[in-house]
Formats: sequence, structure tokens, C-alpha cells
Amino acid sequence: MDLHFLDASPSAEERAAVDGLLGAPETGWEGGERTASDWHLAEGGHESRSRRHRLLPALHAVNDRLGWISQGALNYICQRLTVPPAEAYGVASFYALFSFKPTPKRVVHVCTDIVCKAAGSDAVRAGLSKGLGPEGAGSGKVTWHESPCLGLCERAPAALVIEAGDPQRQQVVAPVTARSILDAADMPIQELASEPPVAAAVPQAGDPQLKLLRRVGVGDPTSLADYRSRGGYQALRQAVRLGPAGVIREVLDSKLVGRGGAAFPTGRKWDAVARQPVQTRYVVCNADESEPGTFKDRVIMEGDPFSLIEAMTIAGYATGCRQGFVYLRGEYPRALARLQNAIDQAREHGLLGPDVMRFGFGFDIEIRRGAGAYICGEETAIFGSIEGFRGEPRTKPPFPVEKGLFGKPTLVNNVETLVNVLPILTEGGPAFASVGTGTSTGTKLFCLSGAVQRPGIYELPFGATLRDLIELAGTFEDRPLRAVLLGGAAGSFVRADELDIPLTFEGTREAGSTLGSGVVVAIDDLTDLGAMLVRIAGFFRDESCGQCVPCRVGTVRQEEALTRITAGRPKGSLKQDVLLLREVGQAMRDASICGLGQTAWNAVESAIDRLGVFEEAKSS
Amino acid sequence: MTAVQLGLPTRLVDITVDGETVRVPEGSTILDACTAEGKSIPTLCYGDTLTPVNACRVCMVEVEGSRTLVPSCSRKVESGMVIRTDSERATHSRKLVLELLGSSVDLSTTPKIAGWIAEYGAKPERFGEPAQPASEGELDARRAGHHHSTDGSFAATMHQPPKIDNDLYVRDLGKCILCYKCVDACGTQWQNSFAIAVAGRGFDARISTEFSVPLTDSACVYCGNCVEVCPTGALTPKLEHDLRAEGRLDESKQTQTTTICSYCGVGCSLTLHVQDNQIFKVTSPHDSSVTHGNLCIKGRFGFQHVQNFAPNDQAKSPAD
Ligand SMILES: Cc1cc2nc3c(=O)[nH]c(=O)nc-3n(C[C@H](O)[C@H](O)[C@H](O)COP(=O)(O)O)c2cc1C
Ligand code: SF4
Ligand code: SF4
Ligand code: SF4
Ligand code: FES
Ligand code: FES
Repeated sequence: MDLHFLDASPSAEERAAVDGLLGAPETGWEGGERTASDWHLAEGGHESRSRRHRLLPALHAVNDRLGWISQGALNYICQRLTVPPAEAYGVASFYALFSFKPTPKRVVHVCTDIVCKAAGSDAVRAGLSKGLGPEGAGSGKVTWHESPCLGLCERAPAALVIEAGDPQRQQVVAPVTARSILDAADMPIQELASEPPVAAAVPQAGDPQLKLLRRVGVGDPTSLADYRSRGGYQALRQAVRLGPAGVIREVLDSKLVGRGGAAFPTGRKWDAVARQPVQTRYVVCNADESEPGTFKDRVIMEGDPFSLIEAMTIAGYATGCRQGFVYLRGEYPRALARLQNAIDQAREHGLLGPDVMRFGFGFDIEIRRGAGAYICGEETAIFGSIEGFRGEPRTKPPFPVEKGLFGKPTLVNNVETLVNVLPILTEGGPAFASVGTGTSTGTKLFCLSGAVQRPGIYELPFGATLRDLIELAGTFEDRPLRAVLLGGAAGSFVRADELDIPLTFEGTREAGSTLGSGVVVAIDDLTDLGAMLVRIAGFFRDESCGQCVPCRVGTVRQEEALTRITAGRPKGSLKQDVLLLREVGQAMRDASICGLGQTAWNAVESAIDRLGVFEEAKSS
Repeated sequence: MTAVQLGLPTRLVDITVDGETVRVPEGSTILDACTAEGKSIPTLCYGDTLTPVNACRVCMVEVEGSRTLVPSCSRKVESGMVIRTDSERATHSRKLVLELLGSSVDLSTTPKIAGWIAEYGAKPERFGEPAQPASEGELDARRAGHHHSTDGSFAATMHQPPKIDNDLYVRDLGKCILCYKCVDACGTQWQNSFAIAVAGRGFDARISTEFSVPLTDSACVYCGNCVEVCPTGALTPKLEHDLRAEGRLDESKQTQTTTICSYCGVGCSLTLHVQDNQIFKVTSPHDSSVTHGNLCIKGRFGFQHVQNFAPNDQAKSPAD
């Protein structure tokens, strides 16, 4: 490739950040010193282009260290990886966590999403703009930005503080107040707050009935020896005993379906990948968890990281993949540290690598960090993101099992889906299927937040009702429940008198709702529902990739109409504006490329038709 | 791309279009099949020389058994497919796409769109008065995932001043529908210059150079192949842009002359677009097996030497 670069050079620090990831450049062609041999030997071609997948890690390396990405730094990355600068900028500017102008070292990302909004994030926002200036103000030591759900909803309102440097540091502050951020502006970032143990997010921790959460808060999530002493790696042994086809049979028999939102039968996916004629294949664990209200995958990764490593290894073994990727959202510092530690230890002890446990198969895992883009959790957008392109969903067919990551057959599974494979193997598929209902088998993690006494992750066998769950978490006597948001921003609201809905895939579907990723946000009569709808609409507008018209423009028009309506200034009449919402919603649902646009109107529609938020405009 | 006949017999498959069974070659798209049947389906992002990206969603049709509508420009027919081009859902989506586009960008130079807007009864103005145009560079500086909410009384738009940073073509991105065609033409599909890409995200996504630098600082080689494929006039040759800005562009005075480029031995086919005896634009036929519509800077923009007449020759054509 004959590339043109900008007339800008990297600073020594920027260069060091990139070299820290990629090693020192070998030739002048890659941005190193120009030497005599460079005069006669040009570099380029397939080999250099095959490094493109390191683009996102390289952008992280610079943004982590400097807090922003300059023209010189981008230039250098492009030279190192043979990427056209326009494309690299297109990729970098796709992500919310990257900055392209000098930025204070410390950036406070304040969650203003549904749960935190109901818990008072407006006050945090107001306090910070007073103390630090408007969002993103460029001078001083500290700046702040609004953020979509940070996956800390049990401790709302939440903030994530990121401090550029070598190394970059991140500190979760939840619950957060503007004061706690402002007062600590001169303190080291670690002293901003101390994070409670993971078990604090699991009110049932230690309960012997738990399956997926049984080790959370009980074992030491940083120790492989501890994991093994609590049944770790028994499932993998069993897998090898059964052989790849046997494992897939157990997963099929278990009737496990995906927990990422789409509820696709897991066994069928594994089988389809295993049957592909192409030998190079990949396992991708979808740990992008960004659906507002969802934090279950975080709790698994922080509280029992080895279980995910073991489960991915089993998936690789069963489907014939040698390489796995965990695509982890960029805002999960503790999950990142724990997973990386787990991978390192597993590798050290031969549980990952060329010959896993001397069983005669190879498997390894690499973590890829997202950089602030909900859409990258869509199963094809995740490929673009890992490959170093924009995280835009791709047209299906072809489906990932056939042409996925790097164009190869790929198994994409959610974190919770994967860890279910451990009990499936130790108990056997049929035994697993005996729990729950006929079609929703096993147990499910629910992310409870909002107006409940004990928010957190709950594990219940399928079949429990919404009431059972809410009672476990406890409501407040003086704050009557008004509604529940099921399934997150892409889900739907149900009324407080509909708590008998069974929390199964079929039960929620029959009730015209969805389980989605297991989000259950309790909403009391103090919550401003209109503001919540506007926030949901704003979320979809922010997170749309922009590829297709119905979603790119439809999400904007939806937000505008909701803003007008909730402010009591509908265009024309309320009825007219609600009709406009419906028409835009229908087009988004019917004509958008991916699930984001297709579901962007669900919650709003349910609030209108089920809750009757805009009473007069309710459809008959 | 121009189809290359391999001489292999093409299998035919039976499909149903709006209730009628038709037999079409296997591997053709729904759009091909429907066009052959005399149906007219609007398209915007579809390009005859490019791989479909199916982004605009104006060509959606209903296919039995599919939860969502499907883009006819890219979906291949399958035996037994039951297609409705005129169902209520399909026409609703087309109308909404036209309205959403019309409310956010300037479609005044998009060919055929006025007809479709009338045909589908689209009313882009129903989303409210358009917001004030952005100032220069304002939209380029937007950060992904951080939009600023308004009070909803004006419809957000991409209206902005055109980017005029070189003498050859203008980028009027307030007219851009983000069809990706220019990016694909500049990239691996044709030009391999990679001067432009889509930057930003969501409503703020835009066609951009690195850090939005002027084209003159970018990798652009001014082949104009992006201009050739742009369906909206967002990318326009400078001369054409100036004529329009001065209100002098007049189709009734225009002629087109086909010729062969005289610069090099490749022999690209050219179409010279002439008004008032002045060339204001050069294109190349998309079905030319030499160019597929693509040219280089010389063929596309290097025409001034054929019309450097002495002032008093102005009225004469060069052949006189
Ligand atoms: C906009 C969007 C975002 C998504 N985000 C996630 C996510 O963060 N995590 C996840 O597991 N699945 C997510 N999904 C669902 C994935 O597309 C896919 O269905 C899932 O990862 C498959 O895994 P499973 O079968 O194990 O559920 C998302 C889907 C869409 C449309
Ligand atoms: S629906 Fe939205 S997020 Fe999905 S591809 Fe279209 S624009 Fe992108
Ligand atoms: S003129 Fe040619 S090189 Fe320049 S942006 Fe357009 S296609 Fe790319
Ligand atoms: S500039 Fe033209 S070709 Fe490029 S995306 Fe916009 S409308 Fe399409
Ligand atoms: S952390 Fe704020 S809504 Fe989830
Ligand atoms: S023409 Fe088919 S999606 Fe644009």
C-alpha cells in the first residue's frame, strides 16, 4: 500500500507508548530510523496489512498514556501498522473514550443512564459542571464527561475515573457525589474511593443453591489453586473424556440458549461451527456488556474469572478453535485485571497454550478492550472492532458461524452463556435441562437495580416470577412500585400489576415483553418516567453506529419528539407527536440493519401502550 | 462491475413478486429480478459499479418468513421466495426513509428524489423546522457518543457550509446521505488511495479525511472517482458547483460529448458535459470495460487546454 501520511511527528512519549505495544520499529518504512537498507528494500504487502487488528490496541496505548491522540501519534500508528490515516481516524473517532484534542489527565465519566439518573446523577452532573466547567472542558487537571450505563447499577449513581499515564489507572467511584470528585482533585486516583468486594453485588453470595455464582464471594478470584480446589477444571476433564462431539451433544441436550439477548440455542451454534470445512476458526466471548442496567457479566468476570477461561477452553475444544478472544468493554477495570491475571496463571500452568493440560489440543485467549461503543457488542460489529475497522454491524447472511472474525467461522457467545457450560458438563446435559421450564432451562442471572432494597445480581432457576425476584430484593414500603423495565433499554416496561409474569424466555415473550440480558429495573412513583424515556432515546442516538438511515436519523427524531412531549410542547397535538413516534418506530424496527435500530423504539412503545405515560395518546 | 460472460448456463429459480410467479437467474438480487419485471424500486446507496453496502434502506421489500424487511439491492433471490414490493410495511419504510433523509440533509441536487418523495407522499417537514446550519468545522469536532440534546423544537440536520479547499471539486456534506459510495470508490474497490473514510458515529458520522484536514493535506489524488459515484451532489466538480451557485446551471443548454482521453495509452472513455461551450464536468460511462466509470486526475479534470481560446473565439466551438 502506498500511503500518504500527515506532516506531523509523534512525541517521544507517544512513540514509546506505541513501541511498548508493538516493539521497536524494524525499518524506516515502519516509522523507525531510515537506514541504508531502506533505500533498496520496501516493506508492505499482505504481511504488514495483516497487523491491522492491532489498531485498536495501539490507539488505546496512546490514549491511555497521553489522554488523547494527536496527529503525530496517529501518523506513527499508521506507519507501524500500514493503515491509511483517514481510515485510522475513522476507526478512532468511532469510540467515545478517545479524545483528539489535549485533555486533562484525569477524566471522570459520570453515568447519567436510567438507573443512575433515577438515583441522582443530575446532581452529580450539576456539581461537576459548577466545579470543573462544562462537560469536556479542556483545561485544568480534571475534566468530566457524561457516560452511558457503566455496569455498576447496583451502586448507582456511578462514575469511572480514568487517569492517563504510564500505567494508565482507572478507579470506580460508586455511589458518587460531585463533592467526592472535586475534593479529591489533587489526591492520587486510588484514594478516590475503595471498591467493595464483588460479593457486595451478590446478595445471595454463599447460598449453596447457587450454580453460576457459587464461587463468587466464596473463593479467591485471583488464585488458580483456589479455583481448582473448588471444582475448577473438572468440566474440562469431563469434556476431554466425552470428546468434541460428545460435548456438543451435552450442550444440545441441555437446551441452553444464549444469555446475550437473542436467546439462540447454544448447542446449534457450536455444532454449526464444528461442522465448518475451514480449519481456522475463532471463539469470541462477548463481554461488551453495555445494555443499560446489565452488570451480570462483570460480576462473573470479577468474582470467578477462571470459570470463564475454563468455559472458553471447552468451547474451543468442542468446536475446533485454537484462538479465543474476550471482547471486554473498556470501562471494566477490575474485570480486566482479574481476567488478565486468570489468563496469565492458566497459561503458566499449561491450562492455556499449545497443549492444554497435555490433552493434545491447543487453545489460547487474548483480551481485546472496547473503547466506549455499545454497538460493538452486536455479534458482527465485534468482528470489525477486533479486526481494526469501525464497529459497524455486517449484513447477515453470511452468519458468524460461517464467516465471522477475519472471515473465518466464529463462535460468539456471551459470558453467562459460556459459564453455563461448566455445570452442563459436570451434571450432564439432561440434568441441566431438568431445571427450569421445558424451553428455558437452567438458572438465570438477573440484574436488579432501581427502587429495591438489595440491588445486585440474583440467580434463580427459570420459572420464578417477576414477583419472586422483586420480593427477594425487597421493595420499600413507602415507595410503591410503579413499573419494571425488563431487558434494558432495548427491552420493555411492564406494570406493577403484572408481576406474575414468569421470568422465562417464553413467558416474557407471551406477555409481550422480553428477558433480554436479564435486566430488571424497579421503578417507583418518584421516578420521572418521561425523563427516563428521553434518556433511553438519547442512549440509542448516541450509540447508533450511523450506518443505516432508519436508525441514524430515526433515533434523533425519536429523542426530539420525546423531549417535546415530556416538556408539554408537542408538535401539533400530543396525539400527532405520538403518531410520529410510532411511525418512526415502525420504520426503525422494520428497516434497520441490526438489533440496535430494530429495538430502539421498544421501551418507548411499551411505556406508551402498557404504562400509558402519555395517557390521552394510548392506542386502543 | 461489468459482468464477464463465462458462458456457463445460469440456472433459473422461481420466485413470486407481488403475487406473480417469475423465473429469474439464480444469483441475481431481488432488485435485479424486480427491475426485470418492470417494478420500480427506489435506490440511493446502491451503485452499479460497487459492492452493495445496503445502508440507505430505501429499497426495502417484504419477504415472506423474514422478521424484518430486506434490502432488495443486495439480497439474492432464493428459489420459492415470496416478495412483496408494495406491501404497507415496505412502502411505510420507504416513505419514512425519504422523510428522515429529507429532514436531515439537503436533497435538492439528488436526482429522482423529488419524484419519489411525491410518489410516497413523504413530508420531511413534519419533524419540525430545520435547526440552524452548523458553523464551519463544528460537525467535524463532535465526539462519538456525546450529543447535546436540544429542546426538540427544531429538527437536527447536517446542514453546514460546503468545504471548498481545492480547485477541482467541492464537498458539500450538508447534502451527504452517508451512502459509503465515495469511500468505497476511494478505497479497495477502485482507487486505493484511502483519502476519505467515515468518521464519527451515529448522526454525527461523516465523510472525512484524517483529523478533518483539507483534501490538499490528505492522500487525495483528485481522480474524482468519488464524485463520479456520489448520488446526491454532495461531491461536485468545482465548475459545476460554481455555475449552480451563480444560478447559471441550465440543463437545457447542456450537451454531452463522448470521446477518448488523449493523455495516455489506456484510452479511457470520456463524457464531456458542456454548457455555453465550456466543459464543466467530465464523467466516464459506468459500463465502459476500460474505466467502469473511473478516471484519473488528467482525464477527469485536465480539460482546460482544449478550451483555451482567445477571448474573441469564445463563441466558436473548438471544431470550427
Ligand atoms: C446493539 C447490540 C448490542 C449487544 N451487546 C451485547 C453485549 O454487550 N453482550 C452480549 O453478550 N451480547 C450482546 N448482543 C447480542 C449479540 O449480538 C449476540 O446475540 C450474543 O453475543 C450471542 O451470544 P449468546 O448466544 O451467548 O447470547 C448485542 C446485540 C445488539 C444488537
Ligand atoms: S441499526 Fe443502527 S446501529 Fe445497527 S447498523 Fe443501523 S445505524 Fe448501525
Ligand atoms: S478524488 Fe480520488 S483520491 Fe481524492 S477522495 Fe476522491 S476518490 Fe479519493
Ligand atoms: S459524499 Fe456522496 S458518495 Fe460520499 S457518502 Fe455522501 S452521498 Fe455518498
Ligand atoms: S451504572 Fe448507571 S445506569 Fe448502570
Ligand atoms: S439502495 Fe438498497 S439499501 Fe440503499
